[in-house]
Amino acid sequence: MKSLFERGPTLLTRLVLALSCALTLMFLDHRLNTMQPVRSFMSTLIAPVQYLAVLPEQVMDRIVYLATTRTMLRNENKLLKQELEELQMAVQRLNFLENENDRLRQLLGSDVREASRRMAAEVVAVATDPFSHQLVINKGLANGVYEGQPVLDNRGVVGQVMSVGRGTARVLLIADQSHAISLRAERNDIRVLAKGTGDLQQLELQFIPHSTDLEVGDKLVSSGLGGIYPEGYPVAEIISIDRNERLQYARVLARPYAQLDRVRTLLLLWPADATEQPVYDTEEETAGNDHVD
Amino acid sequence: MWIKAGLLPLFITYIIGLVLMVMPMPLFLEAWRPDWLSLVIIYWLMALPHRVGMGTVLILGLMTDILMGSIFGIYASALLVMAYAPIRHFQRFRNYSLTQQALVVAVLILVKRVLVYQLEHWLNDAVFHVSYLYPVISSAIAWPWVYLILRKYRRHYGIQ
Repeated sequence: MKSLFERGPTLLTRLVLALSCALTLMFLDHRLNTMQPVRSFMSTLIAPVQYLAVLPEQVMDRIVYLATTRTMLRNENKLLKQELEELQMAVQRLNFLENENDRLRQLLGSDVREASRRMAAEVVAVATDPFSHQLVINKGLANGVYEGQPVLDNRGVVGQVMSVGRGTARVLLIADQSHAISLRAERNDIRVLAKGTGDLQQLELQFIPHSTDLEVGDKLVSSGLGGIYPEGYPVAEIISIDRNERLQYARVLARPYAQLDRVRTLLLLWPADATEQPVYDTEEETAGNDHVD
Repeated sequence: MWIKAGLLPLFITYIIGLVLMVMPMPLFLEAWRPDWLSLVIIYWLMALPHRVGMGTVLILGLMTDILMGSIFGIYASALLVMAYAPIRHFQRFRNYSLTQQALVVAVLILVKRVLVYQLEHWLNDAVFHVSYLYPVISSAIAWPWVYLILRKYRRHYGIQ
């Protein structure tokens, strides 16, 4: 113990000083929105912590990779080849259908859908608050990532980019309480609004009248109406419908297709009308560049 | 006067606390993740109250805000309010048994989390989930180990 008698301001004064500092920042950030530059600067500054956080996982992955035997690799290779073949066959058909669709749309006088560009990104860190479900990815301004950009994984829509640093960006998940996405039931084109509940496995559909023709198991795809998510990507599946007449609206819950709790690799999407351009790090990533959506 | 012996080891524990806070974890453990940073802060406030004070807590709180992507100052103010009690009563706190300390830590973490929720509720209309308070329990369970490890660490590096 160094000092029995405190010098300087009392503890309470210091608390009040520090608190007022924090509250001022809160006011500046929330009410006046003036902290964005500071925020992106600090994000860049604190990025090493996020890289450290995924280091153990990467080391584990590496060890598992080193421990795989030749037979396992051979089996995996076989399976992957099979899968690739199947996918290639499906793509042939898809290309044909896409061309046909474009022609039909031209005949109808609608706009032809243009290609969108994509880039793979790795999850660097997760924010663990139930009030803010966010991920940090390893692509940022330097790669052409922009605010409001849609993010997918191999199963469905994951969320949107909410803030961008130089080498990292923050993704708001569709399950976040402050997030809502406009969807369409694939079976009958009913438009619904899905709001995050804070639970990663659940979205809540809002303002659904009791008589709506929705069923458990219905597939919900993005409707493209919000202006952020492009149309037609799978988002969620309805898992329960409670048509209790005492409630004002039917209570409908849906489960996201994307595995929000264990996402590792994500796909950033640049819709055709985006002003930003993707900047690829290496040559091989451009392979997916000319794919048509 | 500012750079004293043991600044680096102290700094390293903060970084470890921050890293553990954002480390990806399996979903079933996610809700039970102890509030590592708060535990580390409480320990240092109690062990070195003349050295680790409101300024440190404010800076760590702002870094937490960045890492969690919350509005600037939410975690900072919650941590500051939480920090008041350990600094004020550090002598009493040091003489408690580990079990008693764990209970006090649980209350402190509860206060912190309720404050964070309340601020998020005012600013972002957050909805309460009981699972948000699980870490209160897991932090209390983790406290004795954190305490013993950090005490060993502090003595080893002679931080005072």
